Amino acid sequence: MGSSRSSLSRVPDGQQLLQETGFSAAHLLRLHQRFQFLDKDSRGSLRSEDLEAALSENPIGVRIVGAFFQPGQETVDFPSFVRVLAHFRPTEKNRTRDGVQPDPADSRNRKLKFAFQLYDRDRDGKISRTELLQVLREMLGLQVTEEQLQSIAERAIQEADLDRDDAICFDEFRKSLEKVNIDHKMSVRFLE
Amino acid sequence: MENFWAGVLWATEIWLYLIVCLIMIPAMFGFSLGISETYMNILVKTLEWATLNIQKAHAEGESAKASASNGLIQREHGSMEKELGELRRSRPKPPVGGDFTLSDCFYFTRRGIESIVDDEVTQRFTSEELMSWNLLTRTHNDFQYISLKLTLVYGFGIFVRYCILAPLRITLACIGLTWLVIGTSAVGFLPNCRVKFWLSEWVHVMCYRICARGLSATIRYHNKENRPKKGGICVANHTSPIDIVILCNDGCYAMVGQVHGGLMGIVQRAMVRSCPHVWFERSEMKDRHLVTKRLTDHVNDKTKLPILIFPEGTCINNTSVMMFKKGSFEIGATIYPVAIKYDPKFGDAFWNSSKYSMVSYLLRMMTSWALVCNVWYLPAMHQEEGEDAVHFANRVKSVIAHQGGLVDLQWDGGLKRVKVKDTFKEQQQKKYSSMVVGDDSSSNSD
Repeated sequence: MGSSRSSLSRVPDGQQLLQETGFSAAHLLRLHQRFQFLDKDSRGSLRSEDLEAALSENPIGVRIVGAFFQPGQETVDFPSFVRVLAHFRPTEKNRTRDGVQPDPADSRNRKLKFAFQLYDRDRDGKISRTELLQVLREMLGLQVTEEQLQSIAERAIQEADLDRDDAICFDEFRKSLEKVNIDHKMSVRFLE
Repeated sequence: MENFWAGVLWATEIWLYLIVCLIMIPAMFGFSLGISETYMNILVKTLEWATLNIQKAHAEGESAKASASNGLIQREHGSMEKELGELRRSRPKPPVGGDFTLSDCFYFTRRGIESIVDDEVTQRFTSEELMSWNLLTRTHNDFQYISLKLTLVYGFGIFVRYCILAPLRITLACIGLTWLVIGTSAVGFLPNCRVKFWLSEWVHVMCYRICARGLSATIRYHNKENRPKKGGICVANHTSPIDIVILCNDGCYAMVGQVHGGLMGIVQRAMVRSCPHVWFERSEMKDRHLVTKRLTDHVNDKTKLPILIFPEGTCINNTSVMMFKKGSFEIGATIYPVAIKYDPKFGDAFWNSSKYSMVSYLLRMMTSWALVCNVWYLPAMHQEEGEDAVHFANRVKSVIAHQGGLVDLQWDGGLKRVKVKDTFKEQQQKKYSSMVVGDDSSSNSD
């Protein structure tokens, strides 16, 4: 594999990530450089402030950053960083190194789970009304009144909540997004 | 022991004597002995040989294609309206409760991940990536051992750069600066007359020439007929403080800047004695009217030298030109645009002020191979009838970017230091809310 393989040794867990995530060696190197760039104090791991700096213009920036961290953890190391980003690889390219192409339904599921966790911050498996209101407030900012917010949340829950428990569980979430091309919407195109 | 010190003294004398004869005197009088040319020729040939070697070795293995755009991902440039609209197509718009879908967060998430992986702005504040190695340690990214010959040349290069060139250049820089201070102060004692102007110009140019030799700078000036004239403002793209040395090698300018303490302050005070520059106290800088007035006064006096201004306000890495601040374009004087482009093969001139201090930056410059750059003087531009300053600034910016082969960006260079303001986030929220609640949004402001 020439030069890339040997310098992959500088990347933590490089070989394993190569197998697991399906990123090419060149991508892993670039991501490692990007990781080091974001890691301003050269600690070898990122804190939420490091990532938030890149997302200050995104309404749900803080929430997206939260998705990188395991519950209770305050830092994220490079392998975890890459594993989160691997969710955003387009499905067609998701061939792992041993040539086995994973089930497209499986990768769609993983993307959906990621999106679900963005809403469900306390990870209890349901998007409660409160959680939905929080997301809406973040995305809409001060542009709407409290009443409008409530009515939007009310309608969204009514549409999606099939078992009438006033919360949206993962299955209901998945059902309501049946017609959406998740792969297209939740993928980032990495240049070869 | 005494013999040793006598020997050292003798060696230093010879060293200085050589410098004065071979470098200073030609610099003072503006002719060249051809030493730099020979050095550059050898350097170019060596680098070409090194590049060929590396390319041959890489062609056998897998070549890591360095993308010319420095980018890792291809960003989707669809607007929010287009993308969110696609998500809504699958069902009719509900009559009440806003037009929100659970998939709306996908758009923001994807944009967020794109920004984490790669963002267009900070790219410009890191040094340009080179296609192949130029035998400098600092650009040594992933290149590994190719051949013994190459490693030997690389090692020899280190010796040459650190042990021969660097001391030489530091000596020259010190001489240049000292001479600048002494010379300008001396000229300052003369009464105002034509001789004084001529002498002051000569002293300035001479010192800058010495400094340029101190960096082994090879500068090519194009279109000298468009050189800035008195009573105008010279505007250029900014890559490092060395830009000043580069431009002043070929003409005299009045500088604009803040008064500093220490060594810089001494230099500033000395320079002002021989010809008028515009130095501001820190408190004065905040008062925009005062700044504009002083600049206008200077410009209106046709005997004073053209002002040199870098409207970007900060150092950019020489692959692009960022937003020009409109202050200098409101004065109504003739603008002389100048494009400066450095050749990265011989040394990276970009000053990353968050990474390196001024001193370590200068040391890096002095241990590079050389500094090669092209300067294009562009035809004078005037503000047109009814044109506002921002539009005029953008016009000048695109002319400079076009000439220098740089990318013309709309971003503000100040983003380097300051966190992006909340207004960007607010704009996103406004746009999104107009899609969800339409014209019922509670905010009245636009």
